[in-house]
Amino acid sequence: MTVMTKHVIIAGGGVAGIEAAGVLADMGHTVSILEKEGNPGGHVSKWHALFPDRRPAGEVTGYLGKRIENENIRFIAGTSVEKIERHGGGLTVGISGGTTLNADAVIVATGFDLFDARRKEEYGYGIYDNVITSADLEQMFNDDRLLTSDGRVPDRIGFVHCVGSRDEKVCNEHCSKVCCVTAVKQAIEVREKLPGCEVFCFYMDMRMFGPFYEELYRESQEKYNVNYIRGKVSEASGTMKKRVALKVEDTLAGRPLKMEVDLLVLMTGMEMSKSGAKLAEASGFATGINRFLESTDNHYGSNMSKMKGVFYAGTCTAPMNITDTISHARAAAVEAVKYLSSK
Amino acid sequence: MQLEGKKRIWAEYQKDIPDDHFFYVRSCIRQTFFAGSEQVFLKIMRDDLGKDVMEDPRHTTCTGIGYHGDVVPFETISTVVARHFALATEAGYKNIAISCVTSFGIYTEILETWKHFPDLLAKTRDNLFKATGREFDLPESIAHASDIIYKFRDELARKAKYQLYDITTGKPLKVVEHIGCHYAKMFPKHGIGGAEFPHVLVGMIESWGGEVIDYPERRHCCGFGFRQYLIQANRGYSISASRKKFESMEPYKPDMIVANCPGCAMFMDRWQYTIKEIDDVTYGGYKTGIPTLTYEEMAGLVMGYDPWEMGLQFHNVQALPLLRKMGIKADPDKRFLAKDGSRLPEPANLINS
Repeated sequence: MTVMTKHVIIAGGGVAGIEAAGVLADMGHTVSILEKEGNPGGHVSKWHALFPDRRPAGEVTGYLGKRIENENIRFIAGTSVEKIERHGGGLTVGISGGTTLNADAVIVATGFDLFDARRKEEYGYGIYDNVITSADLEQMFNDDRLLTSDGRVPDRIGFVHCVGSRDEKVCNEHCSKVCCVTAVKQAIEVREKLPGCEVFCFYMDMRMFGPFYEELYRESQEKYNVNYIRGKVSEASGTMKKRVALKVEDTLAGRPLKMEVDLLVLMTGMEMSKSGAKLAEASGFATGINRFLESTDNHYGSNMSKMKGVFYAGTCTAPMNITDTISHARAAAVEAVKYLSSK
Repeated sequence: MQLEGKKRIWAEYQKDIPDDHFFYVRSCIRQTFFAGSEQVFLKIMRDDLGKDVMEDPRHTTCTGIGYHGDVVPFETISTVVARHFALATEAGYKNIAISCVTSFGIYTEILETWKHFPDLLAKTRDNLFKATGREFDLPESIAHASDIIYKFRDELARKAKYQLYDITTGKPLKVVEHIGCHYAKMFPKHGIGGAEFPHVLVGMIESWGGEVIDYPERRHCCGFGFRQYLIQANRGYSISASRKKFESMEPYKPDMIVANCPGCAMFMDRWQYTIKEIDDVTYGGYKTGIPTLTYEEMAGLVMGYDPWEMGLQFHNVQALPLLRKMGIKADPDKRFLAKDGSRLPEPANLINS
């Protein structure tokens, strides 16, 4: 069978964008990935290890790196897609710098932004030295330097779940899905690196939705003695000794709790990326109540936009883990191929 | 602590405060317990800053304590506040300056409610007209009186006679600032600096040479809490809340506490006395308490006003150690002299006396 080579533009060079590009390139299409950052890989390139098996994140970024080593793929760094328009049978893609490119199809894979923890002012991120985010902790793991700001080995670390997720006060009603299991993974890593350090996770619900997540959660309790307190942290304050004083409502015990920790880790959730939101607005793409891109059908059309020839892949549509992002990206590529073959 | 982080938040929560022409509404609590404070505010505004501030003796309580105590319904309190607006309208004033933090929260809540539910505004107009024959314009601005002093803090600093500076150690005074819950916790956008890290008192303290203490229970309620205090059986909650704060701030060795809410100033002063009477515990060092001032009193000291004219002697925790540190010469023996020179009865068991 002869494949008529078409040109597909992919907005975003993270997990979804690269995987979709790989599938399309394997099938003989020419793909241009436009990535606003300087390097491919998105958020995962900054991560240390991944749940549930705690494999090094480098294994996945290595896979992605090999994926784009394909003669049909052109990776264009430092360039963002600003607007997509349909003209006749094709698509025009406006990019940063004012240039316009033509494409036969476009896959939007603009991903997510991590919630800016400074918006939850009560936790004092950016004010108290020992309040960090889950992304900061991954960087500490990467640097192999798990210390407080003043160089102490922490005796106790607290994790606050749902920072910027399931929170009407910051206009994010959605669950970011991956933060719970990320906290479990990070809690285990802390206990392995610092066996003398107590770990407390403050959660609303533990949402262990993926394969082997529940097992990891159980292991964290049975093997690693991670403590889980069901209740939200209401505020964090600095102490004289540069620790972080917490006020928590323990909803299972039915009473308030006060505790000091050496490090407080905020499990920041996922939000629609600013670049994705800008692209959606300029191109007239619908967004949902969660501000992520709204597909034509939640069940059987989650890759489909209302603009013919434009498809969605990955976390620009909703929070998802890497496994689901890769599956979603492959599905977007298949939908794009179906569309291109029908032209 | 990263000051830049706080500055970023402070920059996000700023509000326009008018430069002049205020209609001033007093506070039930402030004028009862710290009678000199409101006079000091007016004196600073009129004499030191040359501002036009109007008062109307027909102004009444806002009924906020009754509202929060669940004995005054919203319809009633909104009509009372509408009457205050009518007095301002009749006098030709569009900028409301509010002494009390409870009232500030009430005014803010009512204006926000009217904004979202115009039918309630129409009903209030109707109620007020039927009851009093008055009509009113919505104010162009509302500011807590501490917002206004904050706005002019640097101008006052240039005219100051004293600084928040310990002349005995050569170091800035360490000040605990306490913001009334209803100043910004309900509507952070209406408070300078927002709800979590308010800047309104921090700005004054730092402009006048002091150093602010950020202690773990800084954001905790002073203990007033309306029903916690108003219902006698609940007062244990009230005093335990204050105690929690005192114990948290004690290790930082504060030289004074300052509050912008009259209820907070009252409870953080009075409960120190009560705790000493119950447990013989004080928080300012050996047998001494932490002087607790209103922000007007703090401003008055900085501007060189006579402490006894301001009524500082009517606090349970006397300010004498603070006056000594600031280098203010005030004769303790004159604290309880009446205007005619006769001696008033001296309250028993004052702290720091």
